[in-house]
Amino acid sequence: MVKARAIVITGNGTNCENEAAHACRLGGFDEAVIAHIAQILSGEIRLDDFHFLNLTGGFLDGDDLGSAKAQANRLKHAAVSGTEEKLVEQFTRFIADGKLILGVCNGFQLMVKMGMLPGFDGDYLTQRTTLTFNDAGRFQDRWTYLKADTASPAVFTRGIEKGIYLPVRHGEGKFLCDSAATLDRIETEHLAPLRYSGPDYAAPTQEFPLNPNGSQNGIAGLCDATGRLMGLMPHPEAFVHRTQHPRWTREELPEEGDGLLLFKNAADYVRQNLL
Amino acid sequence: MAHRIEVTLKDGIRDARGERIQREISHFLHLQVDEVRTLDVYTVDAALSQSEIEEAAAGPFSDPVIQEWAIDTPTALTRPLKGEGAAFDWAIEVGFRPGVTDNVGRTAREAIEYQTGRPFGAGEGVYTAVQYLLNGKLTAADVERIATGLLCNTLIQRFTVLSRDEFSARGGFPAIVPNVTGETRAAVREIDLEVSDEELMRISKDGVLALTLEEMRIIQAHYRDPQVQASRTAQGLGPKPTDVELECLAQTWSEHCKHKIFAGTVQYEDENGNRQEIRSLFKSFIQRTTKDVREKLGDNDFCLSVFKDNAGVIKFNDDWSLVFKVETHNSPSALDPYGGALTGIVGVNRDPFGTGQGAKLIFNTDVFCFADPFYEKPLPARLLHPRRIYEGVVEGVEHGGNKSGIPTVNGSLVFDERFCGKPLVFCGTAGLMPAEVNGTPGYEKSIEPGDLIVMTGGRIGKDGIHGATFSSEELNENSPVTAVQIGDPITQKRMFDFLIRARDKGLYRFITDNGAGGLSSSVGEMAGECGGCRMDLSRAPLKYPGLNPWEILISEAQERMSLAVPPDRIDEFMTMAKRYGVEATILGEFTDSGVFHILYGDRTVAWLPMEFMHEGLPPMQLPAKWAPPAHDEPAVEAKADYTADLTALLSSLNICSKESVVRRYDHEVQGGSVVKPFTGVANDGPSDAAVVRPILDSFEGVVTAHGICPRYSDIDTYHMTANAIDEALRNYVAVGGSLELVAGLDNFCWCDPVLSEKTPDGPYKMAQLVRSNQALYDVCMAYSLPLISGKDSMKNDFYDGGVKISIPPTLLFSVIGKIEDARTAVTMDVKRPGDIVYLLGKTGFELGGSEYLALKGQIGNSVPVVHTEKAYARYQAYHRAVLAGAVASCHDLSDGGLAVAAAESAFAGGFGLSLDLSRVLWMGDSADRSDAALLFAESASRHLVTVRPEKQDAFESIMSGNCFASIGVVTAEQTLTITGLGGGTVVRAKLGDLKEAWQAPLREL
Repeated sequence: MVKARAIVITGNGTNCENEAAHACRLGGFDEAVIAHIAQILSGEIRLDDFHFLNLTGGFLDGDDLGSAKAQANRLKHAAVSGTEEKLVEQFTRFIADGKLILGVCNGFQLMVKMGMLPGFDGDYLTQRTTLTFNDAGRFQDRWTYLKADTASPAVFTRGIEKGIYLPVRHGEGKFLCDSAATLDRIETEHLAPLRYSGPDYAAPTQEFPLNPNGSQNGIAGLCDATGRLMGLMPHPEAFVHRTQHPRWTREELPEEGDGLLLFKNAADYVRQNLL
Repeated sequence: MAHRIEVTLKDGIRDARGERIQREISHFLHLQVDEVRTLDVYTVDAALSQSEIEEAAAGPFSDPVIQEWAIDTPTALTRPLKGEGAAFDWAIEVGFRPGVTDNVGRTAREAIEYQTGRPFGAGEGVYTAVQYLLNGKLTAADVERIATGLLCNTLIQRFTVLSRDEFSARGGFPAIVPNVTGETRAAVREIDLEVSDEELMRISKDGVLALTLEEMRIIQAHYRDPQVQASRTAQGLGPKPTDVELECLAQTWSEHCKHKIFAGTVQYEDENGNRQEIRSLFKSFIQRTTKDVREKLGDNDFCLSVFKDNAGVIKFNDDWSLVFKVETHNSPSALDPYGGALTGIVGVNRDPFGTGQGAKLIFNTDVFCFADPFYEKPLPARLLHPRRIYEGVVEGVEHGGNKSGIPTVNGSLVFDERFCGKPLVFCGTAGLMPAEVNGTPGYEKSIEPGDLIVMTGGRIGKDGIHGATFSSEELNENSPVTAVQIGDPITQKRMFDFLIRARDKGLYRFITDNGAGGLSSSVGEMAGECGGCRMDLSRAPLKYPGLNPWEILISEAQERMSLAVPPDRIDEFMTMAKRYGVEATILGEFTDSGVFHILYGDRTVAWLPMEFMHEGLPPMQLPAKWAPPAHDEPAVEAKADYTADLTALLSSLNICSKESVVRRYDHEVQGGSVVKPFTGVANDGPSDAAVVRPILDSFEGVVTAHGICPRYSDIDTYHMTANAIDEALRNYVAVGGSLELVAGLDNFCWCDPVLSEKTPDGPYKMAQLVRSNQALYDVCMAYSLPLISGKDSMKNDFYDGGVKISIPPTLLFSVIGKIEDARTAVTMDVKRPGDIVYLLGKTGFELGGSEYLALKGQIGNSVPVVHTEKAYARYQAYHRAVLAGAVASCHDLSDGGLAVAAAESAFAGGFGLSLDLSRVLWMGDSADRSDAALLFAESASRHLVTVRPEKQDAFESIMSGNCFASIGVVTAEQTLTITGLGGGTVVRAKLGDLKEAWQAPLREL
């Protein structure tokens, strides 16, 4: 049997690789490999051998030049050892091959700053949006209600009827577009699968702390038109079991956490389309 | 030539940083500023073409969606602020002083190297600064105040102020390159110790050696020894010590590294005149506690490695062990709160990482002791305002913990005015270690002669020189600026990512951290393992040229580990390090020569017999005399209604919500969070302890908690200590921690207890230390709590020749243990109306040192006494009730007593409580029984528990034989109602009002 294979890239300040790999396995992937960027740059591990790429949370290079900026620069310029191939070419080929990429928190920041999202018209290398400092001016660790857009093409959020509850943990999560046209297009094409809302998941909100950073139109996550690439600030890998919920000792909750669905959807997609 | 790249926000983009500065100027300095705008400045000093500079500015240095950039052009002149007319009135630019760690500058440099494909040359670099543009009616003096009082710590940063006119006339700020210039001279001085005693002390004082006259004389005698002189001659050394040797001895023998007070001989006299000689408090109490507890535990002993390594190690299960260490970083945090605290957290990370063969880090804890951030009185020179210390420390730990990817799961903030003399910054880190690494126990390591000395991680600079010796003295006006370091979590993270993989491949035999004393301490201790070393300082990688050998040896530059690598693994080790982008350098080799042999190139610069280094110091002689203080016994006023007192207590700094700080710490990364710092219906009730699952496919959990109560030291440090230990354990027990597997860590922070001219009350402070140690033994034995690690910091005073401020003696007691199944954990929020409320334990007239008396400016004498035997039996019974699923909620009673605990549990759960004080069990004289004592006494070992009615029988039968009483019920009303002894209502308050009182004080900080 061919295996569904997920890869989680770590190194230079990525922090969530273990729980992301754990979520992939729970979600149905046969393998979830944690690959240090050094192993990819050395050619020891190649993205081509995987179906689902996780760019997960952390502080790449300390977010020293703005979140994920230095890594975006590194991926663009660094070459795979012993070849002429730039690392970025492995990424674009991965996308062209119809595979899945999920960016969480710092990974979302990286995708946006590399231009992988929103990926208008198949252009995955032009930055049109950004994630910058929270309006509150502070790092925030708090749980957020995320209203789902059921019309979104995103593969990962399929089947979410109203919304999901996940933690955010960031200082730079405020989503902004370079122009009104970009924002319009994101809205028209339903490229924002998740937005900050109240507990009823009724409507997006700009109100702190429900919207923890002041993101435009309450946008918490973004996908491309194919739905195979998605990024979000909240952490789905941080809620795969009920004991991770902040009120699990007082509420009747299902065994599985809300975030697990994103990984299950990824695994289902891989089995149906890529194996 | 150097180029300035300025990066500024586009029009219409909110400048959150500028807005925060504007608020802080108003809040801190009471100055009104209309607008603050901020710019990032990169000064690039490297041979780059114009197009390469432009690519850097447009690429990694700026975000095209929200930012614009300019090269060698002062953007402030070209873009107006939001107000009409003048673009700005004042400009301030703040950058680092030469040699200070500039993390952003380092990343910026790497980014350019990736772009161009060329490494920077020697002396080239990128330096960052921030420009602040201020709009408002300010005088030059106001602006200077803003710069020095808020924006710039002049110890590590430099600033320039320009008015609008000056700015225009000069075309903005010049490009400033704060590089360190210097040549490698490798100068080694010889120090003549054949001098008078006064001169010996001058050498110690001027050199920040912190050596006493007696210690200087011991060194003098060593160098007079003809045998020593003969062996030195053979090495080409003269009879006088080199500066390398003297500095090395000063580090090794510093209070910070050697713990001379805990190792000293104490002549203790109690209040009845009974005398006792105590040879080493450490051996007599701390080590003995662990030894005796382990004997008591017998086959159930779970300790694996105690006291001998960087952190303590206990068993978690058959496959994994737990590692835990708590450190303090007080003196550096007093000078540079941000850098000091950041270094504190990334520094303690290296302890569990450098324990045994290395451990993965699973959580951080932090406890800060500050003076009131709203302090309004004048402060002695050199002391920073408590609010600045608060802000800086909180931010430093935020960056250190979050960026390292380690969840901060537990902590607290403690306030007392005396902490303005020195803040206390406790940082703890736990790790998870494989029970076996490559076939040997994970907690064991060894060195064999011939193994190579390898240093990995950061480079060596002048930062942190004399950190160990300076923290062994009181803080004074001349405390050295080089003692300050700034941590770099990313360099450390890269190193850990590499080393943990190298561990699993068996590429090294021994690992330890470079902390206080730098290489002199790490390699010095490692050399003790095999009996010597030979190390060449000229091979050490430097941040910049110009360091002398002694500076290289003792620099506390951060992010470094020292390792012993077998010669047959060295090639693989070095290759792998390079691949992971980690600098690794071979500095020499370990030997069995019996000598700490240091070279610079071919020349011997230090030749110290290991025995003299490690055993040459006789124990200190320390007088201690205990005389119990007698405070006024306050008359506790009887009132009909205590609601206002309760509200005031909830708003007191020690009790109020710390959520604004805690939310800045990532407490969930790594995915194992089970009991978070905040819980309840609105995620804002204060948890007693933390529970995490370090292994994601298992439900076995780790529980950690702590206790700290310095106020009780004003009465008796014996009870301060007993209560701190009890508080830690009762917090731990509350959430469901198992008493079968729990260990303690002691962190003593004392004011100088050594009798001297500066410290005439030394014998009293020393007696306080003795009493604290006595309690440590007594309580830990009763609770079967082995001590596995700890630390002491004994010089927490400020003295400028006139004013002396000594902190209250403080013990932080931390516990770490296990919960077999994390799904049985209990939180503190009440769960549903109708549940029965129980108070476990008895209450007595124990208001001494309480928050209630502190509110009224009093201390009292009736300090809470811990009755360990009853408490331990009750904790065991309670744990059985938890395992039986009989407990709905549980909250520990501490500061503010029953009333505060009840209010917190109620508003956290979103349901009211109706309690009756007449049902609370009382101990002691019934004449003292009063509403005030029942509400606010801080009697130890008590829990407030709620139980579902259907579990009542089960709970009561499990608890039978212990002191507990049903005292009320959870109600659907949003009200806390407490009935007094007289039958009247003594507290009635809406939960919303109580919560608001509790949340308001620190919400905006």
